[in-house]
Amino acid sequence: MGTEKKQYVIFQIGNDEYGADINKVTIIERILNITRVPKTPPYIKGVINLRGEIIPVMELRTRLDMPEIQDDDDTRIIIVDVNKISYGIKVDSVSEVFEIDEAEVESTSGIINDISMDYVSGVAKHGSNLITILNIEKLVSELLIT
Amino acid sequence: MKINQYIDLFVEESREHLQELNTSLLTLEKDPDNNSVLNEIFRVAHTIKGMAGTMGFNLMATLTHHMEDVLEGLRKGQLKVTTELVDVLFQCLDALEVYVENVVQTSREGDKEYKGIIEFLVKISTTNKSAQSSGKFKKIATQKKNEAGVDYGLKYNIYDKNIIETAFQESLNVYEIYIELDKRCLLKAARAFIIFQVLEKHSEIMKSFPTVEDIEDEKFDFYFTVMIITKESEEFFIKELNAVSEVRDVQVKPITQKIINNMALSTDDDCEQKKKNDLKQRDDKEQKASASDKKRLSSKTVRVDIDRLDVLMNLVSELIIIKTRLDDISTENRNKDYDQTVESLERVTTSMHDAVMKVRMVPVESVFNRFPRMVRDISKELDKKIVLNMSGEDTELDRSVIDEIGDPLIHIIRNSGDHGIETPEERILKGKDSVGNIWLRAFHDGNNVVIEVEDDGKGINIEEVRKKILANGLESEESINGLSDEEIIQYLFQPSFSTSDEVTDISGRGVGLDVVKTKIETLGGNVELVSNYEKGSKTIVRIPLTLAIIQALLVMVGDEKYAIPLGSINEIYNINPKDIQFVRNQEVTLLRDMVIPIIRLHNVLDIEAEENLDNKPLTCVVVKKGDKFSGLIVDSLIGQQEIVIKSLGKLLSSIRFIAGATILGDGNVALILDINSIV
Repeated sequence: MGTEKKQYVIFQIGNDEYGADINKVTIIERILNITRVPKTPPYIKGVINLRGEIIPVMELRTRLDMPEIQDDDDTRIIIVDVNKISYGIKVDSVSEVFEIDEAEVESTSGIINDISMDYVSGVAKHGSNLITILNIEKLVSELLIT
Repeated sequence: MKINQYIDLFVEESREHLQELNTSLLTLEKDPDNNSVLNEIFRVAHTIKGMAGTMGFNLMATLTHHMEDVLEGLRKGQLKVTTELVDVLFQCLDALEVYVENVVQTSREGDKEYKGIIEFLVKISTTNKSAQSSGKFKKIATQKKNEAGVDYGLKYNIYDKNIIETAFQESLNVYEIYIELDKRCLLKAARAFIIFQVLEKHSEIMKSFPTVEDIEDEKFDFYFTVMIITKESEEFFIKELNAVSEVRDVQVKPITQKIINNMALSTDDDCEQKKKNDLKQRDDKEQKASASDKKRLSSKTVRVDIDRLDVLMNLVSELIIIKTRLDDISTENRNKDYDQTVESLERVTTSMHDAVMKVRMVPVESVFNRFPRMVRDISKELDKKIVLNMSGEDTELDRSVIDEIGDPLIHIIRNSGDHGIETPEERILKGKDSVGNIWLRAFHDGNNVVIEVEDDGKGINIEEVRKKILANGLESEESINGLSDEEIIQYLFQPSFSTSDEVTDISGRGVGLDVVKTKIETLGGNVELVSNYEKGSKTIVRIPLTLAIIQALLVMVGDEKYAIPLGSINEIYNINPKDIQFVRNQEVTLLRDMVIPIIRLHNVLDIEAEENLDNKPLTCVVVKKGDKFSGLIVDSLIGQQEIVIKSLGKLLSSIRFIAGATILGDGNVALILDINSIV
């Protein structure tokens, strides 16, 4: 029985690698001018104009409790589509698209007990590194409640 | 043939007919002797029956059939229009509406039979069965007369006469054929087209009444007459045409030399005209071959899906953004030609915007026309006499607003009927006319559309509201005395605040006015309530004319750009920091003898303000909300611009103080301030 393989967009925050299901990703953009929106949670960086559409952008660093850094040439905004609504996720850099066997994804429920981390759906090996696979739907649905 | 493709058409037309039925029934109730309204109701019921029958919606057809029986009795004068009867007809209308809604949702009519209504209808109609049959007999008699009649409506001129005479010389037959279609026929024009095809195969069609154009546009009743020249016999055509389905009656009358001689020639249309018609007919023939099924739609109006208009609107918005961008290109790259081009582009985009907006405009009538029925039901239920006076139904509003405004207005009108208008006895005691009035008005006011609901009922008892506020612990004994009447009225807009002591079906649950307010504010408008105790109250709803593209003032706050809708700006002036004073912890200033509160946008928008060490004058944008003024302090002004309002999306739509976003010429996003929530 062949196991299911899924493609993930691999991106970096600091030294850590993360993966996002490629089916949720519409496009990856270089950094655009972000307009701050007042009265929003700190991890909402603001809104961008993506070809005429206004899209909210989340600063993933802030969401992961990491200090913000200066934007540079590698900074990317990953545009994801969840339930027909687009969101931007700002990351340090995007490296590649990587195929992972579903069977190789290990659940993190035993390792991480923190409920606030439930947007992490598992970890997988990538060469010598470990990739944290994010559940994009969970990640943005948290935004909706706030 | 798939039935599904006709369902949309069926729903659309049924809704129109039901609306007509609604209006007609209301008129009938007021004016029971109005025969033309009665005929109208009969016609509508009949049409719905036909349509439902064709679509296989048998329950609907049965119900309308029984309605018809009763209506027939009314027409024959065997039944009298009573309140009871009109009530039943209204129930039928409601039932039909339920059926149509079922069709919308499930493509089926559902299985509710409304036996009670039908039984009642049968009971009414059987009392005059005999009368009905005599009526039918009369109808047949008139038909007989028609058969014998000579005039089918065709008129001939000299040109026609010549043609007919030439035809006689070539020993061809000339016939006038009267064709009547089945009343159930849905696509009359298409059916007529088939008949024309049959005729053209065997003859030359010389003339028709109504004209071919009118028949194509369905501008005819269920019958039409043609004059043809042919080799075939009378019987041949009767046989051929009766073979076409949905043809109810065919009568062929030969035209003889004698008839021609006695014929009164019509003089108004000359030979030129006739030739033109000939050409036209030939053209039509060609068109018919290629586009027979489009024919039905060839009227002057087109139904367009609102989504397509939205796409068009978005494209126009994009165009305007690009235009603004061209405008912003630095002056060194510009020359006279460039300026002129941009200017003409601007003219075109502006007219284009206007045109698209106009297409999206719908008269408020489509919302208003459900209210007469509603007020009627309310007055029945509450045993009050209420007359609804409407004006300005033709005032136009953006389609997206129209869809949203209905519910708030229902709330407001119900409030007027329930809390406002008193019972007839109370009214007489107060020296008022026993019949209460509700006025519903719509009109333009600058860039806004205003909808007012006014009643001459008891108004708002301010003292009562004060007591309620105290009872609910919303204000303390001392603080409430400092509140003006207007401020007290504002409490009525608070969630779950109701002054009605008893909860009725209609209102009093306290979910009314706050919902109205929230809804109207999401549309960018505002609500105001004016009351005159014992004289009546007035609710004023203001809604911006256009939602998508507005004029705005761009301002800088810190290093961020914000847009303030020009519609809410009253004036801009420089204010000396020394002139700002504190009253009860609120910064205020004097503007021409008027005390206005000062709002520092830095604080509202969490932007760090530079310290104003040398007391430079501050830029103050005076905005108005209703008749309340406030001064907004900004860092600097950029200028006025036409901006396209974009939604911030579901995620950010509930953020306070921000009404939306817009894209500036440089591609950056600027936020639009929601003045209503800031001041």
